Amino acid sequence: MTTQILIAGFGGQGVLFAGKFLAYKGLLEDRQLSWLPSYGPEMRGGTANCSVILSDDPVGSPIVSKPDVLIAMNLPSLDKYENDVVPGGEIYVDSTLIARKVARTDVKVYYVPSTQLAKDIGAPTLANMVMVGKLLKENAAVSYDNLEAALKKVVSARHQDLMEINLKAINTGYNY
Amino acid sequence: MSEKVLMKGNEAIAEAAIRAGCRHYFGYPITPQTELAAYMAKRMPKIGGTFLQAESEIAAINMVYGVAGTGKRVMTSSSSPGVSLKQEGISYIAGADLPALIVNVQRGGPGLGGIQPSQSDYFQATKGGGHGDYHLIVLTPAGVQEMADLTALAFDLADKYRMPAMLLADGTTGQMMEPVVLPEEQIHTVEKPWAVTGTGMKRPHNIINSLYLKPEELEEMNFARFRRYAEIEENEVRYESFLMEDADVCVVAFGIAARVSKNAVVAARAEGIKAGLIRPITVWPFPKKALACAADKVKGFVSVELSMGQMIEDVVLATGNRRPVMLCNRAGGMIPTPDGVLDSIRKMNGGAEL
Repeated sequence: MTTQILIAGFGGQGVLFAGKFLAYKGLLEDRQLSWLPSYGPEMRGGTANCSVILSDDPVGSPIVSKPDVLIAMNLPSLDKYENDVVPGGEIYVDSTLIARKVARTDVKVYYVPSTQLAKDIGAPTLANMVMVGKLLKENAAVSYDNLEAALKKVVSARHQDLMEINLKAINTGYNY
Repeated sequence: MSEKVLMKGNEAIAEAAIRAGCRHYFGYPITPQTELAAYMAKRMPKIGGTFLQAESEIAAINMVYGVAGTGKRVMTSSSSPGVSLKQEGISYIAGADLPALIVNVQRGGPGLGGIQPSQSDYFQATKGGGHGDYHLIVLTPAGVQEMADLTALAFDLADKYRMPAMLLADGTTGQMMEPVVLPEEQIHTVEKPWAVTGTGMKRPHNIINSLYLKPEELEEMNFARFRRYAEIEENEVRYESFLMEDADVCVVAFGIAARVSKNAVVAARAEGIKAGLIRPITVWPFPKKALACAADKVKGFVSVELSMGQMIEDVVLATGNRRPVMLCNRAGGMIPTPDGVLDSIRKMNGGAEL
């Protein structure tokens, strides 16, 4: 099975970080995977996105053009990628920042007020990880296993004190 | 064996180079290869190596020239506009028969172009980007594992044949992360009696030079170099053949274009079209024989490139114009989609004009 995930939002929302977490989780689970960031001027204040592919077979193109999973952290991202999601795919919407509903009727949609939830637990910058928590809950391709180990790999050695709040954010999304 | 780690392609090149015994890096920052230089900046001082950010790309390549003359493993890296600046130095290194590694993580051009991935430096890399008759050994990684493996191979081949090698990557393979098993630490033991390391008053001076004012002598240097190139074309061609056994349509693509093409070939097979892929891993030497053999069997070729069509000329040459060759391309930092490639495969399968 191959799962193509596209995470998109503003630069600074931790889009690449969330993707890295999923990639490391895949690595720990000995899966085939790729992680491809958008790079360049859009990283600085504009839109950022990252493609993560998790698979049981070698990954072909690392570019996700037809995502099975879209995580939209802002309106421009939903506008841009909504129609690319494969029929039967999943769209995760940060409903704090995106007022509109998903127009597609052939996909599963999860509205999570992740920015608000992150604020509520005192971690306003971790809306990304709240969303990741929801993904772990709903998507069969990514499990709750190896959570801490994967997190340890992405949270830099200097900031291991942030492990706990990241875990809390993930669990908040998971239990939403 | 080392464990699997997750790394960016640019970082994998840097770590693999260090493990291959490279202790001297000279460069100048440019997107999208900067992580490579940053990695070197962090690691080299800790292992007694040199990281030097030169005042320009031209200075950096001439520092490479200098260290290469001493027989030490040395490299530089840049992206397209920066590699253009290095061409004079590369020609000198080739003319002086020195081994070195040059990495080009390509971006769209010409001019300053953009910063998104491209393969439009193919001509520059494979046909001799600087002046004079020379070649580089040009290796094209299609993923992070190959970024590491081909870096090690490039150093070995450069040493073996006493010539510069180039890793021709692109913004995607540089920026992406994939699991990679890094090559073992390698103790590099190639004898380099030509190196300028001090005579110890025991031997005549070695001289590193690319200046030969007597034309007979310069001609002989060129002939000798090309005898070596012939040997390389015979022995060092590398490519991957994917589903080619019964293929009617042969897709030819390297690097990121090959990754995209693989998806398209699988999709074509799913709809009953016998498609296959030949992925050159060395683009100089180019896998001419593999393509000539394929031309005996297939209806036609599709050359998939992130350029206006450069490798396609080598495909046409290698196949002797016996079969139609179609171009499927995007340029300027855009990347062909699997659907776009699939479309070209369908057209070629349906029969295209020669």
